[in-house]
Amino acid sequence: MAAGVAAWLPFARAAAIGWMPVANLPMPVAPTNKNKRQDELIILNVSGRRFQTWRNTLDRYPDTLLGSSEKEFFFNEETREYFFDRDPDSFRSILNFYRTGKLHYPRYECISAYDEELAFFGIIPEIISDCCYEEYKDRKRENTERLMDDLEDNKDNKPPNMTCRETMWRAFENPHTSTMALVFYYVTGFFIAISVITNVVETVPCGSMPNQRDIPCGERYTEAFFCMDTACVMIFTVEYLMRLFAAPSRYRFMRSVMSIIDVVAILPYYIGLVMTNNEDVSGAFVTLRVFRVFRIFKFSRHSQGLRILGYTLKSCASELGFLLFSLTMAIIIFATVMFYAEKGSSSSKFTSIPASFWYTIVTMTTLGYGDMVPKTIAGKIFGSICSLSGVLVIALPVPVIVSNFSRIYHQNQRADKRRAQKVQKARLARMRISKAGSSTAFLHSKRNGLNQSLELTGSLEEDQQLKKTTSLLESQHHHLLHCLEKTTNHEFVDERLYEQGYLQTALQNFPSQSPSLSSEEGVTGTCCSRRTKKNIQALNATHTHSHTHNLQELSALHIHCGEQQPLNTSRSSLNLMSDESGSLNCKSSGLVTTAIISIPTPPSNNSRANPDAPPPPNPDAPPRPNTGSDVVKISAL
Amino acid sequence: MSSRRRRCKRQLIKFTQHIARLITGTLNSDNEDEEQESTTVRCHPENLEQLQLQTHFCRQELQLLYRGFKNECPSGVVNEDTFKNIYAVFFPLGDSSKYAQFLFNAFDKDKNGSLSFEELVCDLSVLLRGTTEEKLNWAFNLYDINKDGKITKEEMLDILKSIYDLMGKSIHPRLKEEAVRQHVRIFFQKMDINQDGVVTIDEFSDCCQKDENIMQSLKIFDNAV
Repeated sequence: MAAGVAAWLPFARAAAIGWMPVANLPMPVAPTNKNKRQDELIILNVSGRRFQTWRNTLDRYPDTLLGSSEKEFFFNEETREYFFDRDPDSFRSILNFYRTGKLHYPRYECISAYDEELAFFGIIPEIISDCCYEEYKDRKRENTERLMDDLEDNKDNKPPNMTCRETMWRAFENPHTSTMALVFYYVTGFFIAISVITNVVETVPCGSMPNQRDIPCGERYTEAFFCMDTACVMIFTVEYLMRLFAAPSRYRFMRSVMSIIDVVAILPYYIGLVMTNNEDVSGAFVTLRVFRVFRIFKFSRHSQGLRILGYTLKSCASELGFLLFSLTMAIIIFATVMFYAEKGSSSSKFTSIPASFWYTIVTMTTLGYGDMVPKTIAGKIFGSICSLSGVLVIALPVPVIVSNFSRIYHQNQRADKRRAQKVQKARLARMRISKAGSSTAFLHSKRNGLNQSLELTGSLEEDQQLKKTTSLLESQHHHLLHCLEKTTNHEFVDERLYEQGYLQTALQNFPSQSPSLSSEEGVTGTCCSRRTKKNIQALNATHTHSHTHNLQELSALHIHCGEQQPLNTSRSSLNLMSDESGSLNCKSSGLVTTAIISIPTPPSNNSRANPDAPPPPNPDAPPRPNTGSDVVKISAL
Repeated sequence: MSSRRRRCKRQLIKFTQHIARLITGTLNSDNEDEEQESTTVRCHPENLEQLQLQTHFCRQELQLLYRGFKNECPSGVVNEDTFKNIYAVFFPLGDSSKYAQFLFNAFDKDKNGSLSFEELVCDLSVLLRGTTEEKLNWAFNLYDINKDGKITKEEMLDILKSIYDLMGKSIHPRLKEEAVRQHVRIFFQKMDINQDGVVTIDEFSDCCQKDENIMQSLKIFDNAV
């Protein structure tokens, strides 16, 4: 329960007096505060810095070190204070958590140091409040990624027994692993460069024959260029096939961008081989040669920067899209305006609106070729407005793209996960956990019959046992919920239970096997209604205490009054069934035990309730069992 | 005709203001912030001695209560929303807003929409340390929503519905509409002596004092502080 709200518990309990006249059943007895003593100041000495607080403040969170009896280990008899040999700066935020109920993460603090402090004091990081949680998670993720990177860097030694295929793939992906890979890397790089230069030089006019105009080199030295081209394409083909062979998932490899670039780079050559000297299609073939320029993109395997640039453009797709869209809008608007403005003037170049597009684009990007200029005054006015607005429209999204690039570059191409969605989901999950925490605690304590034991027994061992499990605050809260149950004559159940029970509407009463149940008392009291409770099989029943009877498909579990030991009742009643509905108004017997509903429970909780089981590893587990997959969902949240 | 002209003028003024803002470059939100002034209400109770006289609490208890209260509400007053949130934490499974509203109205004696510490602690002392008569009076006040001195069936139905709402959906047996009405009927059978359809404070207090159960249960929270 949140610390601050705990202060309101007396008010809520007092207000429960309002239920009393409408309740038809007697109320359970309130838990007493046996060690009621005056609230005292306790001194916490953390590495020399003294903090003081009320004892009650620390008791608000009984599953942490400071809130439980664990702190007695640190009590210094001579100085009458609790001494902790930890960092006093981090302790400040931890103590503030007790005071305000909110745990904050100071930004100057190192993330791993803070984590260690939290772990020492038994506070789970998930309860960091919303204001600091995102920062905490970001730093944590950076830290883990850095650690993972360090691990990868240290992975120099080849794991043994890698197949030839895996070796090849590793060599392709990471050229620094072996010399062969490095050689291959440089050779392919060299050939890419050769190929690109060849394509460029092919078109340069080199040396003219005396009786002919300048012809490009490609046509002059056709043979030589063809040989170069063939050599390059052969190398590229071999490389592509080798990569295809080595890829762990060929289908995924073929879909990847780099392989598509490879294919597009070498395809024109093969197509050219196939189509020879066919006059009709040779024109098309020539245009295919344009695709040879894609070979330059193969360099992106060799250059980290190119990859980052490509990734940046991909991640800034929305900004680029916005830029394009706004430019298009502006172009259309201004082109139209300019067209109509220049319509009047003679010999105007603005012959149509699409023709004005060219002018608008050139003006907005501040190129200003000057091939089209407005002549009328209106045209000039609008032209100047056009160029001014062009500067604005282009200048706005560009810094976003630039900052994106720099961020990605500095993060070294770490994938930017969809943080917003993850944070939102995680936040909702946390809220659910914290809300479910108190209600599940109540249901668990109900199930284990602790309410009754707390209220009714005075025996010392059980008291001490219970101290471990519920604090006074919690027991008072549970008592309040218990009173509400009595007032309305209905009981809280778990949601899963509720849904299943709703489905199983057909009841059968199993023969009673319980020795000391409803035979003891009859139905008394006019205000109690007979109730047959539907019940559910206990799934993870491995941790429950004793299994004398099979718990599967229990269809009726009834309330019973008995004069048994409360704790034993809570255990054995899991197994007992009866077909007689007991009455709640058991004034005859002093004990009233609520129905213990066996529901599928996460193992950690039951092991906690079971005194024989070893204590749970994480002292914070009890109120928050829901970190695992079997979350006990409570509705109305 | 004149109203139209006035409206026209107003629009014109707004338009020129807008243009002026455009030119001077101030954003709309800046202006609104300047106009709004934060009005924080701060309220603190009278001194400790006076509270000691008014209530049945001793000094330490008042200190403890106030410390908790101030921690949660630094401004010194509780408004209805805070009250609802607090109750939502205590009764996480159900919908506590209606009940919190009734309770708030019961606590808020001077009907100013906020509870101060004095109001809370005076009521608390009645509930925890007061005589049975006072407690029953308080309960009657809670049930009587419109504070006319009579509890009608509708008021009781509302109150009971809100209490049942605190439980939420996951309860057993499943809540039926009839169950709440049945509860109201039982209550009226018990309390409405002269069968006139309303319960007055005298009927209420007489019946409750005769009922052992209720007397017993009124005492259970006596050690709550």
